[in-house]
Amino acid sequence: MRRERLRVVGNESVGPYVLVRLERGRLRPGTPGQFFMLEAPGRVLPRPFSLCLAPSGELGFLVDPIGPGTRAIAALAPGETIAVAGPYGRGWDLAVERPLLVGGGIGVAPLPYLSEQLGGAPAVLGFRTAHHAQAAALVPNAEVVLEPTLVTEALPDDPGDVLACGPEPMLDAIATLVPGAQLAHEAPMACGYGACYGCVVGRDGAYVRLCLEGPVLCASGGEQGRTGPAPTMEATP
Amino acid sequence: MGSDRSGATVMGVPLLNASGCLDALAAPEVARTLDIFVTKTITPSPRRGNPPVRIAETEHGMLNSIGLQGPGLDNFVDHQLARLSALGTELWVSIGGFSADDFAVSCARLDEEDAVTAFELNLSCPNVEEAPETAAALVAAARGATRKPLYAKLSPAQWDIAASARAVVAEGADGLSLVNTIRGLALDEGLRPRLARAVGGYSGPALKPIALACVHACASAVDVPIVGMGGVATGLDALELVAVGASSVALGTVLFADPAAAGRIRDELATEAARRGFDDPLDARGRSVVGSE
Repeated sequence: MRRERLRVVGNESVGPYVLVRLERGRLRPGTPGQFFMLEAPGRVLPRPFSLCLAPSGELGFLVDPIGPGTRAIAALAPGETIAVAGPYGRGWDLAVERPLLVGGGIGVAPLPYLSEQLGGAPAVLGFRTAHHAQAAALVPNAEVVLEPTLVTEALPDDPGDVLACGPEPMLDAIATLVPGAQLAHEAPMACGYGACYGCVVGRDGAYVRLCLEGPVLCASGGEQGRTGPAPTMEATP
Repeated sequence: MGSDRSGATVMGVPLLNASGCLDALAAPEVARTLDIFVTKTITPSPRRGNPPVRIAETEHGMLNSIGLQGPGLDNFVDHQLARLSALGTELWVSIGGFSADDFAVSCARLDEEDAVTAFELNLSCPNVEEAPETAAALVAAARGATRKPLYAKLSPAQWDIAASARAVVAEGADGLSLVNTIRGLALDEGLRPRLARAVGGYSGPALKPIALACVHACASAVDVPIVGMGGVATGLDALELVAVGASSVALGTVLFADPAAAGRIRDELATEAARRGFDDPLDARGRSVVGSE
């Protein structure tokens, strides 16, 4: 697997979130929905982040500074370096005919890169407040709803191929409405490469590791392998 | 300098993974950085494991509540063993269970497998109910089922771990693995337990002084190989465990943060040992044990 120390080149506020941009080094950006493990300075464990933006020579991550690890990463200043490993996991299957991107809160994080790969597909984004909704500026062609309106209330009658990321209640609601949706989940994760068994989700009666089987899973379950390439393990650095 | 069971001379301190801290089939290139790969604990029957949330980072370590999720003995033998033996590292199997018979069944079945060079007996998982029998009774059952080396993995949460070490060695343990995680609990901002099962095994840097004390106590009590583990993140951490009596060192939580930790720690260990005048890090073994010369 590929793991490198990368230099921070930018740190910008986006509403309550922080967009941290790193030099890309030799890491590949991977498929939208795949994730990276970022060292959280001063903490025991790294933190998982899906890729938000992949400008030339850079990797961009949208950070919601809600805990000690995410706060440490959000506080990184240009010039500082952190260890980054990835890309890990399975991202979205991009071979879809009528993509509709759906995001909630910090779940919009992987959508800018996904939108870029899908040629600016339409998006529906939901946020708690207008302050949080500033992140919608990162996603082109987005319809934005604020609480108490929910993204599921803004979905068209025939939503097409839904690719979504957001809080679990939102993903549950989408799964009910759109059984074929591809949903990017989140779970506490110590390692990101299948070692810790911490990130499991229930799937077909068993606990599967989200870092290997996901983080993008088909809403209807069962169809493992539908969502993007299997994780690759490259030579040890 | 030490010797393995065949008598061959091996330089340095062998590095292992702590059981349950690496899946060699998911990350074979990480397993190959180790001298010995230790499997996640195998139980006779498949186990679903505990519900999430299973892990929580704390200030100086992490809690895990995995609950011995695993394929069970048959699936392990049929679907994993051949691929693990092809890794090229020495292979130890961690054995777990809920009765003396569980340990005997697994050891007997795997005793026939040449690829398995030793068993680590998980006598101390903090995430399942206590086995009804004592550690010594479980070791005795395993001893009756196999001639392969047995390493007894003991919990640090006991008043007199040296007494436990003497007891398991008396029943036939060839070595000790010290230490398992210690039970802990963390709360969220709403004062609710962060783990679904509330308590979990505490590991990481905070465990190191506890591991040092346990290895120190056992090295004074018994004369067997000791796999030292608990909070090792640097070569100096590893050297400290050797100094109190470990003959090899296992890496746990550090592998989550740094999959390349083994190579770095091996280099640092050699440097730290050389700085203190030891040509081989293993020459430092037992230097800090009270009463040793």
